[in-house]
Amino acid sequence: MAERFSFRVNGDEVTVDADRDTPLLYILRNDLGLKGTRFGCGDGLCGACSVILDGKAVFSCDTPLWAAEDHDIETIEGIAPAAGLHPLQTAFLDEQAGQCGYCLSGIIMRVKALFDETPTAGRAEVVAALERNLCRCGSHPRILKAIDRYARTLSSGDGR
Amino acid sequence: MSGDIPEAIAGHPAIRQWFGFETEGRVAMRSGKVEIGQGINTAFIQIAADELDVDPLRIDLVAGDTRSTPDEGVTAGSRSMQTGGLAIRYAASAARRALIGEAAKLLQTRTDDIGVVDGRIFVNGRESDLTYWSLAAAVDLDQPVTGLAAPKTPQARTLTGKAMARIDLPAKIRGGAYMQDLAPEGLVHARVVNPPSPSMRLVDVDEDALRGLAGVATVARDGSFLAVLAANEFDAIRAAEWARGHCQWSAAGAAPADPVAEIGASDAEFENPFELGNVEACDGRRFATTVSRPYLTHGSIGPSCAIAQWLDGRLVVHCHSQSVFPLKRSLAGVLRMDESRIDVVHVPGAGCYGHNGADDAALDAALAARAVPGRPVRMQWSRMDEFTRAPLAPAMVTRAEAVVGEDGRIAAFDVEVRSAPHSRRPGGAKAVNLIAATHLAEPMTLPPPAESPIPAGGGANRNSIPSYSIANMRSRTRVVRDLPWRTSTMRGLGAFLNVFAIETLIDDIAAELERDPLEFRLAHAGDERIAAVLRRVAEMAGWPGSADEGAALGLGYSRYKNSAAYCAVVARVALDQTIRVTHAWACADAGEAVNPDGIANQIEGGMVQAASWTLKEAVGFDGEEVITTNWEAYPILTFAETPETAVDIIARPELPPLGVGEAAQGPMAAAIGNAVRRAAGVRIRALPITRDRLVAALA
Repeated sequence: MAERFSFRVNGDEVTVDADRDTPLLYILRNDLGLKGTRFGCGDGLCGACSVILDGKAVFSCDTPLWAAEDHDIETIEGIAPAAGLHPLQTAFLDEQAGQCGYCLSGIIMRVKALFDETPTAGRAEVVAALERNLCRCGSHPRILKAIDRYARTLSSGDGR
Repeated sequence: MSGDIPEAIAGHPAIRQWFGFETEGRVAMRSGKVEIGQGINTAFIQIAADELDVDPLRIDLVAGDTRSTPDEGVTAGSRSMQTGGLAIRYAASAARRALIGEAAKLLQTRTDDIGVVDGRIFVNGRESDLTYWSLAAAVDLDQPVTGLAAPKTPQARTLTGKAMARIDLPAKIRGGAYMQDLAPEGLVHARVVNPPSPSMRLVDVDEDALRGLAGVATVARDGSFLAVLAANEFDAIRAAEWARGHCQWSAAGAAPADPVAEIGASDAEFENPFELGNVEACDGRRFATTVSRPYLTHGSIGPSCAIAQWLDGRLVVHCHSQSVFPLKRSLAGVLRMDESRIDVVHVPGAGCYGHNGADDAALDAALAARAVPGRPVRMQWSRMDEFTRAPLAPAMVTRAEAVVGEDGRIAAFDVEVRSAPHSRRPGGAKAVNLIAATHLAEPMTLPPPAESPIPAGGGANRNSIPSYSIANMRSRTRVVRDLPWRTSTMRGLGAFLNVFAIETLIDDIAAELERDPLEFRLAHAGDERIAAVLRRVAEMAGWPGSADEGAALGLGYSRYKNSAAYCAVVARVALDQTIRVTHAWACADAGEAVNPDGIANQIEGGMVQAASWTLKEAVGFDGEEVITTNWEAYPILTFAETPETAVDIIARPELPPLGVGEAAQGPMAAAIGNAVRRAAGVRIRALPITRDRLVAALA
């Protein structure tokens, strides 16, 4: 049964009418047209659907709609300025960190949440944060290099 | 670049079939090879831009569309650059020469005086008012590529041979659409209800109850094919879950308790024997090994997805199949319609490493869409569907035996491969090979899978002939076809395990003869290219390293398919609480390296993926049923377990490009196996190499 829920996505107020148990993933993708949040497993085990909720990375596939009520959601579509890229995205391009690229939205969102909270995060924190973000193409070494590169821009003060 | 006209040009001889200049400032390029995450679009655009002298960003590539592109069969086997890339080069060259010829005529000058800068025509260095686009209308692009094409010399190329950034990556990291993300107007969501095991069939389901569930628009059923359709995706998901619990299925068939052992014990007749010299006539010291791998899964992060729409008696399917033309013919066979009424369009999906569920999802979508004519129906497989409905990668057992002569050289190498089938791709109306076809009320039987002989690249027997200079070599294959599971190609096919067998045996022999594994291999390197990749990777890794403190280096090498790229890998394995690959180095020789960074990316990815297969992966069964249906049950390599990698490419611009996408799989497995042996002192022969197996071997 549909109910009305209101929350913020990438800074915009949104209202949707949907079943309260609908995973946030499908609300973002189908009701709000934000397809950059990917469907991967539906079990919270692969990380492709990761978004940021009130500053924390969550799996949108196992976050029910009701849990988003009144909260702030950030998706891959919302992290870059209108023209240009978020420095994390730039770092991924600089390292050519991707093959098929399907896992990248989720990885970028999870890593962004980590560094937003802990700008000094090191490799150990990064791989711990990515424990449930999978990549099948084996782009891991380049992804880790891209994250290192982003971390250096933060520590040198020219990030953001 | 000289050489024969590429095969794809023979089937699609006209320039227009590859290139068009209809839109001012744009170059339309058409290819039958598709992007599956390997970066082929970037390399093709690089080749065309180089040959045409246009900015790569002017090129609009349409790939894998049965309405407009050449039919280049399947994008597989690391052949895309060798065949599709060269076809692009020849066609682009012919287009350029046709356009320049027209310019010379109009400007009353010799073609030799004409130059091109980003599509603008120059005469002896001075710009004219002509461009490709002003010339195109008067040029006959229906003329054949052959005869006109004269590709640039390697020295004259300016783009190829240098790293080019992936053209598709910027959109992808901004959240751009994959196949799974398309949402045409009027979309209906569909989910398939997969039988729990391969031989189970749908006996009964309360279709009225299913139709009555919240949000369900309709149900599509044909025999044991069952799909639910809903306007809202979550309603479709819930309805499919309900159906899974409420369907009555026939009993599962019998299945061996240990499928790998079953394959290992097979006495099926030998197929595709291949022999150089005479193995049986050789005398000397004998060494042997028998290795195995379990069934594996492709494990693309995005489960298979397709959109089908029936409109005015025609069917249009968008999907991420590697083989849109054969798929179209297979769909025609199942749906009993003329193939001219079907269009299949490739849209890049998540990474593809072989024959996964992409083609099956396309038929599932077409069958589901029959329930709502006119509407586009999106069939999205669940993660569980991907684990259970897609073809598995076959289990294998390979035995290798070598005879070492008194001179300390390997005189003979004899390899016996036992494997479930590797090749069940959709191959047209007579070889449908789509899972739902077997579920229909009038079921179709999948044709018996054929195996490819070694000279054609091989299937189970791929790379079962060592890529060394050995006088007597033999390969024989027993294909085990009577197991319940549908299996098909996965990256490298038999090469992964066969190279593991050969290269671990070579290390065992070297150890026994007290020879250094690198030096022993170099003694059998038949040509300088083999020696070069081996020497280079050894240098990169600091070979032989030291085997103290529970860590060691291991080496693995092969030339993929004995005809594609050369690849040597060194892995460093550390043994602590787990078996961890801490570092991996590779050197590859892929002939002309069109996009060296693209090649490095493929080799690097191949090493990481092969590390995952080698150390962690196995499909689990309960009887016939696949029980590893999520990432917890089927773990793959994580970021925490990722090795540091380094890749070096030996470029040979004067030589033809060689396929590289699958070249690292076997060498990486062997390098890990050999590193574990040097670090722990024991040989683990059954993959995956797990801690439990190591502890058991040490006990």
